[in-house]
Amino acid sequence: MTTQAVRAMPETTMIAVEHVRKAFGPVPVLKDISLSVPKGGVLSLIGPSGSGKSTLLRCLNLLTIPCEGTIRIGSHAMRFGRDHRMPRDRDLAAFRSTVGMVFQNFNLFPHMSVVRNVMEGPVTVLGQGRDEARDLAVGLLDKVGLREKADAYPDRLSGGQKQRVAIARALAMKPEVMLFDEATSALDPELVGEVLNVVRQLASEGMTMVLVTHEIAFARDVADTCVFMRDGFVVEEGPARQVIEDPQQAATKAFLSHFHKAAV
Amino acid sequence: MNYEWDFSFLLQYKGLIAIGALYTIGFTIVTAIAGFVVGGLIAVARLANARVVTIPLLAFIEIFRCTPVLVQLVWIYYALPIVIGVELKPATAAFIALTLYGASFFAEIIRGGIASIDTGQWDAGRALGMRRAALMRRVVLPQALKRMIPPLVNQVVLQLKNTSLLSVLAVPDLLYQGQLITSATYKPLEVYTMIAIIYFIILFPLTTLAHGLERRLAR
Ligand SMILES: Nc1ncnc2c1ncn2[C@@H]1O[C@H](COP(=O)(O)OP(=O)(O)O)[C@@H](O)[C@H]1O
Ligand SMILES: [Mg+2]
Repeated sequence: MTTQAVRAMPETTMIAVEHVRKAFGPVPVLKDISLSVPKGGVLSLIGPSGSGKSTLLRCLNLLTIPCEGTIRIGSHAMRFGRDHRMPRDRDLAAFRSTVGMVFQNFNLFPHMSVVRNVMEGPVTVLGQGRDEARDLAVGLLDKVGLREKADAYPDRLSGGQKQRVAIARALAMKPEVMLFDEATSALDPELVGEVLNVVRQLASEGMTMVLVTHEIAFARDVADTCVFMRDGFVVEEGPARQVIEDPQQAATKAFLSHFHKAAV
Repeated sequence: MNYEWDFSFLLQYKGLIAIGALYTIGFTIVTAIAGFVVGGLIAVARLANARVVTIPLLAFIEIFRCTPVLVQLVWIYYALPIVIGVELKPATAAFIALTLYGASFFAEIIRGGIASIDTGQWDAGRALGMRRAALMRRVVLPQALKRMIPPLVNQVVLQLKNTSLLSVLAVPDLLYQGQLITSATYKPLEVYTMIAIIYFIILFPLTTLAHGLERRLAR
């Protein structure tokens, strides 16, 4: 397991996944997945429940360790397989600190105020001073429209507000890449928009992102490319608008037809 | 029955009683702290989930949870010296027994508290790049400790009651002093009533505190 200099990777590639396999015990969940995202690119990942989207996303920041394959984020690369030892806690932590992740259930730290949640990464991981971290955190809360909630505790916030804090918390690490795992699935419908707007803004600022989402219209409009997964395979991949409006594969068509019926 | 209650004679034994109370409280505090530390170490070792560690620790925990503390006390005082070849003072034997007995319960309370924290919290900390120790210290323990406090206080209450067993080894705790005074005065009714009242006065605030915390933390 080595974090090595990028080898012949186009300078503009930010995320590269090569031949990644993952099984939980005997059950294969990811079967030879390869994909890449250029710097500033936005990839949406869609597919039926259980197809392996979350597992793939968690492999990107090594919350889940692939059984085989290579994961590169920016200049960090890790290779997995029989010949490679399990990475150490320290190396995993260093890798993850460059990747921001936003979860379906927010996973805010309930015992810390909003601003402390956002400061936690810079202070604990980067060793930043409290004042500097606080300024950074307040700035990010401002960006997601929650400056006035800085001293509130997470249990006082709506779902949409919690998710925006979670985004600010991830951004505080100045990540090279942001991952979103169904960031709006736990929200009441009227709160989805405020979170999507923040994601949209990040996209326009050139953040490299992978979005696992059931918001098909959003996946089409914000992402450059769309990947449709089923049963641990990439079934179809292409420009987002094309994959969603004119899918080529029968499985993609079948999956998307549910959404078209529900009026996208 | 018209027994003439008379507590006044106890005044002349107030020194003995004070020493007894000090022993009882002192043993509780010292064995609770030592038990908590040992229990914490066991809990952390068990969380590593390695069989070589888990199985002996589980065996230790179950042995101490499934035998009476009085038996442990007597065994450690009378039997352990035969095994290790070192005489133990009664207070040392009592300290070892109560500490290990407490540790076996504290370990499960602590492990349960840590395990009760949602895995999403670990995910969130890891995703930020936090290392295991930092995550434990900054994210998991602060939340877990809150949940552990009521059962921990309850365990300390039990720990204090268990110190009454020290009297078997002639350690001068409250109960032992009571026995001394009784044999000198032949007034068990007053003496043991007073002993019970002192235990109650010490423990009632503690159990009230535990209930209060339980209610406050339940939300
Ligand atoms: N930690 C795990 N242990 C065992 N099986 C898992 C684990 N995580 C996911 N799986 C299984 O992997 C499959 C894919 O899950 P997931 O990646 O969550 O799919 P999706 O996000 O597309 O709904 C499912 O069958 C799920 O049960
Ligand atoms: Mg999922």
